[in-house]
Amino acid sequence: MPRSRARRRAASALRLIAALVFAGGLYTAFAPAISAQDAPLSPAAMEGKALFDTSCISCHGMNGQGIEGRGPSLIGVGGASVEFQVSTGRMPLGSQGAQALEKPPVFNEEQTRQLAQYVQELGGGPQLPEGNDLHSGGDIAAGGQIFRLNCSSCHAFGGGGGALSSGKFAPRISDTDDRVIWAAMLSGPQNMPVFGDNQLTPDQKRDVIAYIQETLKDRDPGGFNLGRLGPTTEGLAVFVVGITALIFTALWIAGKS
Amino acid sequence: MKRRKIDLKTLPAKAGNEVEDRLGVATPLRSIINKVFPDHWSFLLGEIALFSFIVLLLTGTFLTLFFEPSLKEVTYDGSYTPLRGVHMSAAYASSLDLSFDVRGGLVMRQMHHWSALVFMAAIIVHMLRIFFTGAYRKPREVNWIIGSLLFWIGFLAGFTGYSLPDDALSGTGLRIASAIMLSIPVIGTWLTSSIFNGEFPGDIIISRFFIAHVLLIPALLVALISVHLALVFKQKHTQWPGPGRTNTNVVGERFFPRYTIKQAGFFMAVAGVIAVLAGVLQINPIWLFGPYEAGVVSAASQPDWYVMFLDGSTRLMPAWQINIGIGNGYVIPPIFWPTVVLPGILTTLPLAYPFIEARLNKDNKIHNLLQRPRDVPQRTALGAMAVAFFLVLTLSGGNDVIADKFNISLNAMTWAGRIGLLILPPLAYWVAYRICLGLQQHDREVLAHGVETGIIRRSPDGRFYEVHQPLGHDHEALPYAGWVVPKKMNRLGALGPALKGFFRPLERPAEAPVSPGHPPVEAAPERREIESKH
Repeated sequence: MPRSRARRRAASALRLIAALVFAGGLYTAFAPAISAQDAPLSPAAMEGKALFDTSCISCHGMNGQGIEGRGPSLIGVGGASVEFQVSTGRMPLGSQGAQALEKPPVFNEEQTRQLAQYVQELGGGPQLPEGNDLHSGGDIAAGGQIFRLNCSSCHAFGGGGGALSSGKFAPRISDTDDRVIWAAMLSGPQNMPVFGDNQLTPDQKRDVIAYIQETLKDRDPGGFNLGRLGPTTEGLAVFVVGITALIFTALWIAGKS
Repeated sequence: MKRRKIDLKTLPAKAGNEVEDRLGVATPLRSIINKVFPDHWSFLLGEIALFSFIVLLLTGTFLTLFFEPSLKEVTYDGSYTPLRGVHMSAAYASSLDLSFDVRGGLVMRQMHHWSALVFMAAIIVHMLRIFFTGAYRKPREVNWIIGSLLFWIGFLAGFTGYSLPDDALSGTGLRIASAIMLSIPVIGTWLTSSIFNGEFPGDIIISRFFIAHVLLIPALLVALISVHLALVFKQKHTQWPGPGRTNTNVVGERFFPRYTIKQAGFFMAVAGVIAVLAGVLQINPIWLFGPYEAGVVSAASQPDWYVMFLDGSTRLMPAWQINIGIGNGYVIPPIFWPTVVLPGILTTLPLAYPFIEARLNKDNKIHNLLQRPRDVPQRTALGAMAVAFFLVLTLSGGNDVIADKFNISLNAMTWAGRIGLLILPPLAYWVAYRICLGLQQHDREVLAHGVETGIIRRSPDGRFYEVHQPLGHDHEALPYAGWVVPKKMNRLGALGPALKGFFRPLERPAEAPVSPGHPPVEAAPERREIESKH
């Protein structure tokens, strides 16, 4: 029995609608980002959003989406980055330059964690482990080898820091707490490369921090360390101290006649 | 029992006679003891180098007792925890042991390194004195050449010694040295593989550098220093012009006892300063650098200061590579020009300089009197030019540290170095030249018109002028003698003789002369209370 043309058309339209509904349903089921957007913020993140909306929004934009030419988007940046930038005072930024400078932090520890939580809930990203002691039990010698291979090319052997191109620099590593170092490795702030957990495992990060804390504690058995800057300051010292003292001695001895 | 009487007064003479009877050294010793050395502080700069070399030999001998010059791989098990269990060469491990487990080892290592820096610095300062005073002129050209060679041999001594601990910093330096050797066209590859016995780093370079550093180079240094000093004895020391001092005499102190005692004291002072540096300032902390691995290159990797100018020239050199299409093609890499050609010029040009200057001046005379820098403006300006050139290169060698610590862009530092290298030396020439002429002119002015007295006089017609004290008799101008011209009245005795002593006066200040026309000042009469007569 031949079907009418109208019935055939209605059936194909129905099939199309069913397929669309199926695809849409699949998409909804497998795209968590969209549902996360709608999830309510945790109380800490709510506090963080309040801080964000008064201090960060002018550059990083509404909901951390970034403003072209002023500040990057923070979606997916993660809490580790926020903790590094805010707890070292680099954010809020003093002025646009080659890179953000360290200064006394504006927010206290609790506020920093609230901000971090907020950015974390905006779109995920790398996060710091719990606790303030992230170096106990690390292998200092192994950490030293990782440090010399990966970190010393910018931060220098003794952690004295070094210059990068066009006014950028790797800062001196000093009086730094474990969380900040971990956050730096995890998030790669400014011009630092990211050392994610697949490049340096959490155990290796622990080793590196153990090494850094050990060398900071190491009180330079040879005397004043001249900034741990190597032969440059040693060369300066030999003229400013050594040769100057000896020329004065020569003046003194020659004056005795 | 009879006690024999010893006459203390005749004892030295008797002992001397006994020695003379056996050795017969009185005649040669007398001429040495009676040798006269002129006394001026600037003549003691070379001694700083000599004495720091002695400290180098002494401390270096100590270090060889514990150092193991081998690239054999060992596992560190000493007392420096951050490196425990790390694989490293025996050379590095023994250097760590020297620093942490040998009693006094660290301070000896630091004294050795500081005295090396002082040695090279003193050579430079001494050479500047020789250059700016014209002390290298005939007959002393040979000693100038020996001195220049001593700098470059000291340079090699420093570099080989610096490489011995096999730490990551010195390994980086060694890598650069191998790159420099490789850059020499045609022979580079052969040269490198013969020095390293194959590919860098090989397993023999430390042993080879060790024997060069502890035997060959020091032997060469000792030999050249001996000839250097023997020539000073033979040719006699130069002296400044001045009253009683001519081109054919030497005015000064006898070698023994005064000069010897002074020099012994100066040696103690040099050793003391080096010991203080070593005790107070940390140098070359090899434990922070870690063992050398090809992948480890730290920021702020600099050589010691006297090599830094080559590092600087490398940093400033644009990346100009020359490809020559002969055969399979030859490449002259850009590093060839700043690290092979430039030092080549810098070694040979100074050697020839005394002869070039003599030829240009058509000067074939013997010169035993020094010249003040201001009296030969061209030479002084050339020297200033060379110093500016060296300084720009040296600062550029540390330009990353300067950029970082003074918040300057590293790119800006590099360009400042490039432009500065071209502009600053001629500028230094011009400035030094003008300063010399200015100083000369002032000397001539004082010789012609006398010393400013500070007394302003007014003539009957109302003009003011300053009274000048002429230096010559009857207001005649004195000839220009190339020596210090007194420019203040108290140099002419207006305030009594100058006090002797460096830190404190050795004698009481003389009474200031009172002008005869001046009425004597009497003490004020004692005050008395007025009493009533009742």
